[in-house]
Amino acid sequence: MTKRFPGVLANDEVSLSMYAGEVHCLLGENGAGKSTLISILSGMLRPDAGEIRVDGRPVRIDSPRAALELGVGTVYQHSTLVPALTVLENLLLGDARGLRLNTRPARERLAEFASTLGIEIDADAPAGELALGRQQQVEIIKALWRGSRVLVLDEPTSMLTPQGVAELQGVLRRLKETGIAVIFITHKLHEALAVADRITILRSGRVVGSLEHVRLEQSSAEELQAEIVRMMFGEEGRTATDVAELRTDLSAEEGYGAAHAEHADTLLELVGVSARPIGGSDPGITDISLVVHEGEIIGVAGMDGNGQRALAEAIAGERSTSAGDVRLYDAPVGKLDVAARQKLGLRYVTDDRLGEGVVTSLPVSVNLFLKRIGQRPFWKHGRIDRTAIDREAQSLVTSFDVRTPSVATRAGTLSGGNVQKVVLARELSNDPKVVVFHKPTYGLDLRTTRVVRDIIRDLAAGGAAALVISTDLDELLELCSRILVLSRGRLVGEVENGPHASERVGELMIGADEEAA
Amino acid sequence: MTDVTTEAPVPGARIPAERGTSTRLAANVLDVFVRSIVPVLLALVAGAILLLALGRNPLTFYGDIWKGGIELGAWQDSLMRAAPLLLIAIGLTVVFRANIWNLGYDGQFLLGAALISGLGPWIVTREPLWFALTVLFLVAGAAGAAWTIVPAALKAYYGTNEIITTLMMSFIGVGVANILIKGPFQDPTVNIPETRVLPLDKMLPSIPGTRVHVGVLVAFAAVIVVHFVLTRTSFGLRLQVLGANPRAARHMGVKLPRVIVMSFLVSGFLIGMAAAADILGIWGYVRSNWNPAYGDTVIPFVFLARLNVLALVPYVLFYAVLSTGGDLATEHANLTTDFLLVLVALILIFMTLIEYFGRRRALGTSYLTPGLRQSLRVPWRTTSKAAAE
Repeated sequence: MTKRFPGVLANDEVSLSMYAGEVHCLLGENGAGKSTLISILSGMLRPDAGEIRVDGRPVRIDSPRAALELGVGTVYQHSTLVPALTVLENLLLGDARGLRLNTRPARERLAEFASTLGIEIDADAPAGELALGRQQQVEIIKALWRGSRVLVLDEPTSMLTPQGVAELQGVLRRLKETGIAVIFITHKLHEALAVADRITILRSGRVVGSLEHVRLEQSSAEELQAEIVRMMFGEEGRTATDVAELRTDLSAEEGYGAAHAEHADTLLELVGVSARPIGGSDPGITDISLVVHEGEIIGVAGMDGNGQRALAEAIAGERSTSAGDVRLYDAPVGKLDVAARQKLGLRYVTDDRLGEGVVTSLPVSVNLFLKRIGQRPFWKHGRIDRTAIDREAQSLVTSFDVRTPSVATRAGTLSGGNVQKVVLARELSNDPKVVVFHKPTYGLDLRTTRVVRDIIRDLAAGGAAALVISTDLDELLELCSRILVLSRGRLVGEVENGPHASERVGELMIGADEEAA
Repeated sequence: MTDVTTEAPVPGARIPAERGTSTRLAANVLDVFVRSIVPVLLALVAGAILLLALGRNPLTFYGDIWKGGIELGAWQDSLMRAAPLLLIAIGLTVVFRANIWNLGYDGQFLLGAALISGLGPWIVTREPLWFALTVLFLVAGAAGAAWTIVPAALKAYYGTNEIITTLMMSFIGVGVANILIKGPFQDPTVNIPETRVLPLDKMLPSIPGTRVHVGVLVAFAAVIVVHFVLTRTSFGLRLQVLGANPRAARHMGVKLPRVIVMSFLVSGFLIGMAAAADILGIWGYVRSNWNPAYGDTVIPFVFLARLNVLALVPYVLFYAVLSTGGDLATEHANLTTDFLLVLVALILIFMTLIEYFGRRRALGTSYLTPGLRQSLRVPWRTTSKAAAE
């Protein structure tokens, strides 16, 4: 099967061919045009020029239904399953021909798919209760349900644990064997190298290079990395050390983050803090005690859904605590609300940037001051001073290098990395003292990741304290002096960063799991 | 680290960089024209075609609406008809902006109406007129606001769906209003269940030189105040953040219960004021089972004005003229007054079409909450991207 795509994509011509039984990786930074391409393939957008051919025949894909009928199934970055329905019902949703749901053949079909892909799926489990990796497998089956031969995966690993990623790679291998063409979209270089038979690199909506099957097999990993980095970033990326992901090897020489000075002041202290869960998958937190000193970066490791959000929200004041004390500069702040804590210099960089970090329909300028509504000098006697806001926003946009057409642009139109910069600019302006970072580089491209990590380091070097909650252990090893391990809402151990820290954190995570089981 | 050369071209978002204030103003004026005038014109044209098909002369019909709604001082009746509609419409705008559905307007309105028509005749004879009328306005507002307290508290502290609670409270409110009218406020001198009638000289005074009562001024003043509050104050921004994304509001430290309760109270107060303007300005009494259902009439206009208080004014005025002049026009053309509703429906259709095509323009001034905007524009296609906007 050939699929040619000489289309205008984010203003530039892109041509790609996909072959059966092959994993074709599209690699590029955020905003390189990957998402636009998928939208066109899946029928959400129409190309302005150019054509798509399936099996050599030109076709029109003008709706998601048409895409499915032509055999192009798409798995999006975020779940499109209906959480309250069972797996089987979700699969039948796109397939409701006739009035009655015909479940028996569907059940058999699901079992068949599961055995082909080498996975186990309970057809009657509500989709919302499945782990994220499992949900994604259901999505893949859903995309293939109607006989698709081309499977588009948009950033499939962004929600997965390392084990989940390994499982996904197994699924991809099996899909290849069945002769399905897979388009794998990612901005993570090592993933592309791990799964791809062919890599196409996009930059600014253009194809800037591609690596064929043969090259991928023959060249060494270092050569390939260097070549891809050069293509992804152009001339600027000459040295691989520019890219945060590749720097982890170097962090050993840099001394495992900043160790705190002996007599540094305690900025943030939690004494036996508990908070109740909100929602089903949230375990809340139980009896958490920790201390963060001036100039220190402390990490909190743990798999997703082990109370990270509850911890961050309890510190920020969004969630009330049921026991214990949150102390800031040796004074209890448990009674203070979000705004009061924010004023004292306690900041929270949320992991859910689009969901709660910004109001997408409001301009960037207003978003930069949403945590200071009603405060001087931006509001005087309750009345907004737009000139002051625009002026200050302009300077924040410049100093945090937010790429936006203007400060009046709606925040929702920015790319993920720029939204994160807006959030950082809001939280880190106006004298931050203690900053809680929740998955600060989640979903960001390599370059922005590096910028964000530098910002965190600079912050600590300037005397503030940072608590970095992350599911990315490499990130914590790179940044932090101490790493706490969170499991089921409890702190199960503490590891000084150093040689073998990674193994010990891993042991603590597994150990805590086994104890509980 | 040097500069990045690859700025992401965001698909579908063509935002003109750095528009000056004057061009922005011009664009706004154009928006207002396209949105509020063009659909009305199109509806009138379509209505004319319909009239021709029915064998009536559209020019005579529209001429009659003009005569009955505007000419010979009829504009004064139209203005007076607009006053309660306008107050209810802005009251609804306040809560809708926070994405809260106060659908209990009938109960809030009628309770206010019953209370002041019961207390009115008593208080106007004891106190100076201006004082009595002010008190009555406040009483009506307070009654409307009070009737929102239960749904507001349930919503704020327990997350109870306010659509259900406000509707329930509305039924109770209408019932209580009828009990009041038939019971303590019943006019003892008549057999019909109605309140005592305010003497003509004790009603809202007219603006000098016109028949228009000052309730109209109250309504327009409320428009200006509410517009200012919604667009320029911290409370207005908190409402907007809550309406756009409640989780973000929580994250930003907005005190959700307080904002929710406040928006309910303001909404109920304005709706109660509408009752005062209507009773004290026009009717002077209330009969039991009277329910003008103003709220149902203005809700479409509230949304079509994109939750913008200023944009509401032309809509409500237009509807007031249409309904005032329509009485005469339909009678002459031997049609039922239902034909006027057909015209309103045509406006709705053309507004929706323009909203749909307007999607291609940068609708930065659209004030619908994002979820609602999406469902108005492309109800059949909800993509993750659209939801994120």
